[in-house]
Amino acid sequence: MTIEQITEKVHNNVRLTDQEALFLFAEPDLLAIGELAALANERKNGKRVFFNVNRHINHTNICVNRCKFCAFSRTDDQEGAYCYDLEEIRHRAEEALAQGATEIHIVGGLHPELPYEFYLEMLRTVRDVSSDLHIKAFTAVEIDYLAKLSGQGVPGVLQDLKAAGLGSLPGGGAEILRKEVRDRLCPEKISGERWLEVMAAVHRAGLKSNATMLYGHIESLADRIDHMARLRELQDQTGGFQVFIPLAFQSENNPLGHLKNPASGGVDDLKTLAVSRLYLDNFQNIKAYWVMLGEKIAQTALCFGVNDLDGTVVEEKIGHEAGASSPQTMTRDDIVRMIRAAGRVPVERDTLYNELRTC
Amino acid sequence: MLAAITEHLAAGLPLTRAEALWLLTEADLLQVGRLADAIRRRLHPDRLVTFVVDRNVNYTNICESKCSFCAFYRDEGSSDAFVLAEAVIYEKIAELVAQGGTQLLMQGGLHPQLGIDWFERLFREIKLRFPAVQNHSLSPAEITQIARVSHLGIRETLQRLKEAGLDSVPGGGAEILVDRVRQEISPKKIGWEGWAAVMREAALLGMPTTATMMFGSRETAADIVEHIFRVRELQADEGSFTAFIPWTYQPGNTELGGKTATGVEYLKVLALSRIILDNVPNIQASWVTQGAKMAQVALFFGANDLGGTMLEENVVAAAGCRFRMSMAEMVALIHGGGFRAAQRTTLYDIIREY
Repeated sequence: MTIEQITEKVHNNVRLTDQEALFLFAEPDLLAIGELAALANERKNGKRVFFNVNRHINHTNICVNRCKFCAFSRTDDQEGAYCYDLEEIRHRAEEALAQGATEIHIVGGLHPELPYEFYLEMLRTVRDVSSDLHIKAFTAVEIDYLAKLSGQGVPGVLQDLKAAGLGSLPGGGAEILRKEVRDRLCPEKISGERWLEVMAAVHRAGLKSNATMLYGHIESLADRIDHMARLRELQDQTGGFQVFIPLAFQSENNPLGHLKNPASGGVDDLKTLAVSRLYLDNFQNIKAYWVMLGEKIAQTALCFGVNDLDGTVVEEKIGHEAGASSPQTMTRDDIVRMIRAAGRVPVERDTLYNELRTC
Repeated sequence: MLAAITEHLAAGLPLTRAEALWLLTEADLLQVGRLADAIRRRLHPDRLVTFVVDRNVNYTNICESKCSFCAFYRDEGSSDAFVLAEAVIYEKIAELVAQGGTQLLMQGGLHPQLGIDWFERLFREIKLRFPAVQNHSLSPAEITQIARVSHLGIRETLQRLKEAGLDSVPGGGAEILVDRVRQEISPKKIGWEGWAAVMREAALLGMPTTATMMFGSRETAADIVEHIFRVRELQADEGSFTAFIPWTYQPGNTELGGKTATGVEYLKVLALSRIILDNVPNIQASWVTQGAKMAQVALFFGANDLGGTMLEENVVAAAGCRFRMSMAEMVALIHGGGFRAAQRTTLYDIIREY
């Protein structure tokens, strides 16, 4: 196998094998991978780079799971534990609307006591603030939890949530899908198979979702490829994933902090994004999530196959409690400036990747 | 344009200022990176990335220059103004030596009274107590200030400092070597020719020097190009620059305010430096202003050195930019980028490979 052979396949738009993806990870010439990924991206998206104006709401940090990589979760009697009431949710949604947000992103812990009805009320509360706010909420892990909580299957839950205002789903909780890694990383969390099952049901319900991958800890490169392979396979079946978002592991304030892979730095971040662009040929969008990567690497990634920068975020707790050094928010102007300085064209999108305006 | 530039470089011809400006403003990041990476590979084919274990000792924050981009300086009467006691300085150097450090970088404000006697006594004592430490201290603006306070010429000042134990001169205070920009951000500091004059004299005395560039404040792209070309021309005229170190203006707590340059802008400027300055052996990435992730990426955009581990750094930290790095992290960062790592001396001799 040579980089030239892979280059030819990319030029001819031929799908890469797992071995080829592994080969790319091992290729020392970062710029060569970047050039290939940039080519694959430009063919799909030109010079346009998406961002959106959104606000995160993490409604609670109380969680029955104790994932070892997480610095956000608390038990309900632990210091710093919180749970917003509907008034606090409404207030944040109103604030977001006033700031021009088009999306509310809601994810939280698996709270042991909140009733099923609370989740529906939470969605209705945001929906009632404005029908212009798209609600992207609940990871597959939360959906599975709500299924148990409500005593009905995933399709029933999705129907309820949709009726209450759910517009689409984020891609969290995927971590690394392979069992051996999950057993060490997050043994209480749903399995990789279940995560994929829930996502398949989400897509069947006519909802779009995102897909993530948490990397840079105890997983091997083969685990990453395996993860992407399963996403690519499901995407072939459903077409329901909008975007792939690799999340760089943050090592502070969590029991697995010492397991941060020291070799996973900026180069690994860019390689991971570039390889995912090349391997996930059935994903239209690859996102550099600046909260985890830092703004500088996220911006640089725009030259390595990335076409989406996420949004303004406003109040991010999960990555920051784990030591992310990025700011809490970026203004619209910051994002536009960043994209332009990378020689790309900023395009504001809505959650479903419809173009709202070119800046 | 890119084809012509690539051809020029392949033929070993220097770029024109117009070509350099095109690369900076029109070319894609990866195109500029490719050209820089090729030159880095030619000059450093062994994939060796180096760093020095050093400490910045800021002997005073009292400064007459009062540059609007600086968050470190204080007036003499200010409550948090200081001049370090000699004993404190020796203690700091002893800590540096204890941690395997080899380079002392003393840098301070332009103090209105500290004359050459103060520095001579200090440097002699440092050499006596720590003969193995490279005294890599004082920027051209400070040397000019010492000369002024002591009513001496630049050459005599440098000569006396050298005899007292100054081994080499770091290239701080270069900011942008274009006087229109300096008028705007540091009107009381020496002009670009004053900076160049000190570096010329230092080279004549056989002292190694470095050159820096602080960008992202009020300069234009053409000013950045001009700066790099001026460094190239100084070097061609018997200069002694061992390295070029571009870094970005940090706006926190400064009078000038504004934003810092973006990551892509940094990498482009870094790469352009490597391309133009093929007569300066080393290009340093600035992890202090860019963070560890970007410093690692910078190794593919022309950098072959990560500067110092900086046991202590106060100036950039005063502007709200606080990255820290241990030797182990430095080595992991280099290895993680796929390079060989080595600790070096100030003059780029290898001490130990990791």
